[in-house]
Amino acid sequence: MTAPPLAAGFGLFGDAFNFVFNKQEAETGGVLVGGLGQIGELAAKQLEVTVLALGVAILLALPAGLLLGHFGKGEFVAVSAGNAGRAIPELALIALMATAVGVGLFNLVVALAILGIPPILTNTFVGIRQVDSSSVEAAKGMGMTNREIITKVELPLAIPTIMGGVRTASINIIATATIAPLAGILTLGDLIISRNVYGDAGVLAGAILVALMAITIEGLLAGVQWRLTPRGLKLQRS
Amino acid sequence: MIDGIAIAAIDDEFFRDRSGGGCIQENRLFCPGWVADNYDRYVDPTLQHLVLVLSSVAAGFIIAFSLAILAHRHRWLSSPFLAGTGILYTIPSISFFFLLLPITGRGAVTAIIALTAFTLQIIFRNVTTGLRNVSPDVTEAGRGVGLTSKQLLWQVELPLAMPEIIAGLRIATVSTVALATLAVFANGGGLGAEIIVGSNITFKTGIIVAGGIAVVMAVLFDAILLLTGKYLTPWAKAAR
Amino acid sequence: MSSRKLKYLLLLSICALAFGLVACGSDNSSDDSSTGDASGELTIGSKNFTEQIVLGEIYAQALESTGYTVKTDLNLGSETVALKALRAGEISGYPEYISTALTSFYKTAPEDVPGDPDEAFAKVKAEAAKDGLVAFPQTPFASANAVGMLTSKAEELGVTKISDLEGQSEDLMLYGSPECRQRIDCLLGLQENYGLDPQFTPVDIGLRYEVLDKGQADLSILFTTDAQLGASDKYTILEDDLGVLPAGNVTFLTTQEVIDEAGPQYQETIEEVQSGLTVKVMQELDARVDIDKEEASAVAADYLKASGFTE
Repeated sequence: MTAPPLAAGFGLFGDAFNFVFNKQEAETGGVLVGGLGQIGELAAKQLEVTVLALGVAILLALPAGLLLGHFGKGEFVAVSAGNAGRAIPELALIALMATAVGVGLFNLVVALAILGIPPILTNTFVGIRQVDSSSVEAAKGMGMTNREIITKVELPLAIPTIMGGVRTASINIIATATIAPLAGILTLGDLIISRNVYGDAGVLAGAILVALMAITIEGLLAGVQWRLTPRGLKLQRS
Repeated sequence: MIDGIAIAAIDDEFFRDRSGGGCIQENRLFCPGWVADNYDRYVDPTLQHLVLVLSSVAAGFIIAFSLAILAHRHRWLSSPFLAGTGILYTIPSISFFFLLLPITGRGAVTAIIALTAFTLQIIFRNVTTGLRNVSPDVTEAGRGVGLTSKQLLWQVELPLAMPEIIAGLRIATVSTVALATLAVFANGGGLGAEIIVGSNITFKTGIIVAGGIAVVMAVLFDAILLLTGKYLTPWAKAAR
Repeated sequence: MSSRKLKYLLLLSICALAFGLVACGSDNSSDDSSTGDASGELTIGSKNFTEQIVLGEIYAQALESTGYTVKTDLNLGSETVALKALRAGEISGYPEYISTALTSFYKTAPEDVPGDPDEAFAKVKAEAAKDGLVAFPQTPFASANAVGMLTSKAEELGVTKISDLEGQSEDLMLYGSPECRQRIDCLLGLQENYGLDPQFTPVDIGLRYEVLDKGQADLSILFTTDAQLGASDKYTILEDDLGVLPAGNVTFLTTQEVIDEAGPQYQETIEEVQSGLTVKVMQELDARVDIDKEEASAVAADYLKASGFTE
């Protein structure tokens, strides 16, 4: 298929904009698609799936990374997890899950969490390991328990690295949530994947909305990171 | 030649007996027999996949490396470059494919542009960090010996930043191999075309083979880059 | 010196990039033709399910062996998407079912679709001509939409004909392609002519048997030429007693422009290569892709060999 001329491109953006706000007849005729109602539903689903998966991933990977990092055990596993996770082709994971395990929200969240856990685990581990050992020694000297050391000394100092992992995980998860329609869960990605139904305008609208959602979530997480980073570290970085 | 071609009726041998069932008919998880008979259909997609990955990582490296050198010289550029590449990194590739749709249409070029965009922040960040981690004592010494900025950069700072740069390349390459499976959505071919066959994503053996090839490819590239890094930086301690 | 090694690394990346761009500069779906009398470039399209993709491959490879330069743009989408591509000149032609063309494009009621293939072809040819398109003579085989279910379910409900579903359809779930809702030879026809009102979920055509297997669908829209129907007794199709789902032979739709440029061998090749496609043959080819999981292009090549079109 040849690339359409650039001028037509602007027209298409206009169509996409229109698609978001007004219901229109589907490419296949008859049914109405588009409009804020449907788009809102799809966006809400994408958000729901992303938040759930990210939550599960953090819940599982963060404590594991903290403990392994603090006690210095399991370095190979923790670091390799990051490398291994990166190599998983998300399309294959979703497809295999859909056909071998079954469709449904639970399975999808599990698959997404699988993609989200490695970066969080690795970054948490590395972040904790890189904490200045003299700070940890001082804390031990003050008689802090392991738990206190982790939560009051190591965790705050490792926040930038850990949040880096969380943000990477969220990028993976959002990207995969976009192809979730292949597994039967209709997210914003359906606008992109089902060109048949939504037409080129819908596809472009979907692409724009997904990009916007991803950027917004990233922005939010960056804000969270800013809030959580101890003042001393912030000063050090600038 | 159309003259002299006459379609003959097809004889009965052509029709296969499928009453026996079997691994493929039942769509069991993995059917080695089928793989042995049909592995050649994966050759083209694998080659396409290689092209996608190599082009994207190479282009990404050239662009990100140049940006990092620029930012090294003019520190104020660091933040905007980081932010810019960051946005490109954040946008999901499949979304990117279709944002490019009105401009570059559907095809391998669109896929490569999107994949390249994804690698930029990783490589930029690693090159920048690598350069920044060069000890100031070393740069002092270099200047002391009379090296120009350019000589300092290419003969001292960059070689010392190698481990970090290679690490960035490794991350970028492995990620790109996995991501390139999505190129099928942009009509760009690759192994994704064997995962979504037509529009059918239910063929378990096919998915496993295609996904497996991608993972193996990623591991191989990672190993190659790791060894390349060791070769280029004999003085550095074992990299990550 | 390490700076030299660094430069080599850069050089390597530039080479990789150049290699990549050159390799993908050519469309990844193009093929080169052998030399021959006919010349010109054709792009063959198809709709988005197995039978269509196989047909597209057969036509494409046949034209190639005759001497044309052929590109394929298969798996376009539903009939409206394919028609749009044809009208826009993105493809030279694609195979369409006469029944679909008449009911979807030219607003013919299903009962007005002629049962006789030659009559049906004459009708679609006339309609297409009015529309600025050319229809080539039809294939030997015909295919129709069908309402299918698991044999076990059909026995459970005691249904053998579609009209048997009357009264119980509201509790049943029908899966069909997204465009099924608007097609008179699909859900719309079932609603208007049989008075049925099943719940409907749109699904990708490629999954029409999956959804029955998984129990998600009670009813699914199948095709009479489907491989899976012949392979076992697991699935059964309900008899279309009111004749709402007409069968259609396939006609290759193209434009006069393409014909003028391509010459007489264009139509000759299409007609010749399709003459071996009986229902039995088409089912076998569909089976090779859907059941044996072979590649459509390989299956098409096998057909061309077995029928004597190529060596």
